[in-house]
Amino acid sequence: MHKEFSPGPDAEKSFRFPDKGNIQRRKRCGEFLGRSAAFLAAALVVLLTVSIIYFIGSKGLATFTVHGVRVTEFLFSTQWWPDRPLEEGGPAVGSLTFILGSLLVSLLAVTVSAPLSVVVAVFMVEIAPVWGQRVLQPAIEILAGIPSVVYGYVGLSLLVPFIRNYLGGEGFSVLAGFIVLSIMILPTIISVSTDSLRALPPQWKEAALALGSTRWQTIRLVLVPAARSGLITAVVLGLARAFGEALAVQMVIGNTRTIPHSLLDPTITLTSAITMDMGYTIMGSLWNSALWSMGLILLFMSFLFIMVIRVVVRGGMVR
Amino acid sequence: MNARLADRLATIMFWMGAAAVLAILALLLGYILWHGIRVIDWRFLTTPPQTIIAGGGVGPQIFNSFYLLLLTMLISAPLGLLAGIYLAEYASRGRVTEYIRLSIEALTSLPSIVVGLFGLLIFVNMTGWGYSLMSGALALTVINLPLMVRISEESIRSVPSELREASLALGATRWETMWRVILPSALPGLVTGAIIAAGRVFGEAAALLYTAGMSSPILNFSDLNPWSPTSPLNPFRPAETLAVHIWKINSEALIPDVRRVADGSAAVLILVVLLFNICARWLGRRIYRRLTAT
Repeated sequence: MHKEFSPGPDAEKSFRFPDKGNIQRRKRCGEFLGRSAAFLAAALVVLLTVSIIYFIGSKGLATFTVHGVRVTEFLFSTQWWPDRPLEEGGPAVGSLTFILGSLLVSLLAVTVSAPLSVVVAVFMVEIAPVWGQRVLQPAIEILAGIPSVVYGYVGLSLLVPFIRNYLGGEGFSVLAGFIVLSIMILPTIISVSTDSLRALPPQWKEAALALGSTRWQTIRLVLVPAARSGLITAVVLGLARAFGEALAVQMVIGNTRTIPHSLLDPTITLTSAITMDMGYTIMGSLWNSALWSMGLILLFMSFLFIMVIRVVVRGGMVR
Repeated sequence: MNARLADRLATIMFWMGAAAVLAILALLLGYILWHGIRVIDWRFLTTPPQTIIAGGGVGPQIFNSFYLLLLTMLISAPLGLLAGIYLAEYASRGRVTEYIRLSIEALTSLPSIVVGLFGLLIFVNMTGWGYSLMSGALALTVINLPLMVRISEESIRSVPSELREASLALGATRWETMWRVILPSALPGLVTGAIIAAGRVFGEAAALLYTAGMSSPILNFSDLNPWSPTSPLNPFRPAETLAVHIWKINSEALIPDVRRVADGSAAVLILVVLLFNICARWLGRRIYRRLTAT
């Protein structure tokens, strides 16, 4: 258009073509600023992770470096007397009971939840895709959105009295703990399993059916084994969530520092000990440091779970 | 057992599994709403809680939850969007990108109580703010940030590459292309994802016990000066949220009507989360329709 525009001598002063170099410079500058801002935001994520490891690590290791507790004693002793006076033998912070409690409820939760989740995931992908998409998908999203405190509260007000009245014991128990957890981790395991089943090439299923397999044989012998690495990832993610859950478990597990002998016995977990005692102990005291060390165990376990997933996924790709 | 019978039985098993999940959800929602709805009235939603006698409400807790959510989203949404832009547009396949992805994974799977401990150490003690809304918002940002990064990266990647190529071919820089072309088309995904993330933040409690605190000062809702200690808007005051309130009254309250308050609070929490879910779907669809003019 501006070819037809012939500026007179006066117009030249009032109208100037934008300087091409100037625009270029401004564009480059904007690009540089934008790119830097984006990079800084991404770098912040790394910084955050590193500082979490550093600070939780340094606080958690104080039990061993400042208070001189042996690592083996902390991990493998059940003697937990964080405020015992010296004349009675001095304090001891063996947290094996807490570690066992956490492992027990989360493993039980996964044992219940994983088979059901895989069944539901297969249902959504293979048996009734339309129905699964319209009804189950939103249902699972809602289940995932229910806050963990609400799970804990329903466990406390519905499940605990039910167990007390019909199965015996106080109601606050390992049983209540792992049932609540197994429901909480359902949506995690289902959605990751569904994704991995959906990602399978359709030819495999078609080939199996063409060879005369029934749908069940196809699912059992072709689809589930093929999606193995995705399904394991899903289960490990569920386990990680169960292991790290704090309030829902704390509300129903009874929080007594004993190793349970039956499913109806109460016990305690790492997370519930931290939840209850962190506010009442003095920063830097042995008791407080022991709680930070438990936090460090939780951190370590969550990284361990990630590593397991990485190895599983890589193994799945090589095959 | 022949193969056909096994197939029949397996199909029944799959249907039963699906029905079980639906039954669990129906039981949960039914139980909470059945007990909670009759507690909820205007008084319950607006009055402050009681410490010893019955009849308290959860007004300040509801306000705190929403205010904390707002603060958290103000901090985490821009950061998450920028980091998502970096990963989707600028990141090359290299060691740096690998570290960023590993960090996001690590943050995603971090137990929220550990985030709470970190928040207690850094945002409460080191900054000297004490238990405060700001500390809580920063702790929630740690939880929400990886989710926001993933949401924005995915929505940006789902925009057809022709749009991007056309814009670049017209001489726009990558940043201009991002802001003027890609982000507007990625908007439905971004909004839907952000609202669902907001639902998660709204119900979070473990990370807040030792960051935003378990108490709420007496608030004067006519005092809007954000620096006044009794102002609800003051970001440096302690603030117990609704989710934390449910936990706290069940573990240490002296009021005789714990059950009533907890039922009502749980129902409010669930209703808000459901509302977020519905909103996310509706808004996402609406924006999508407006953009594609269908």
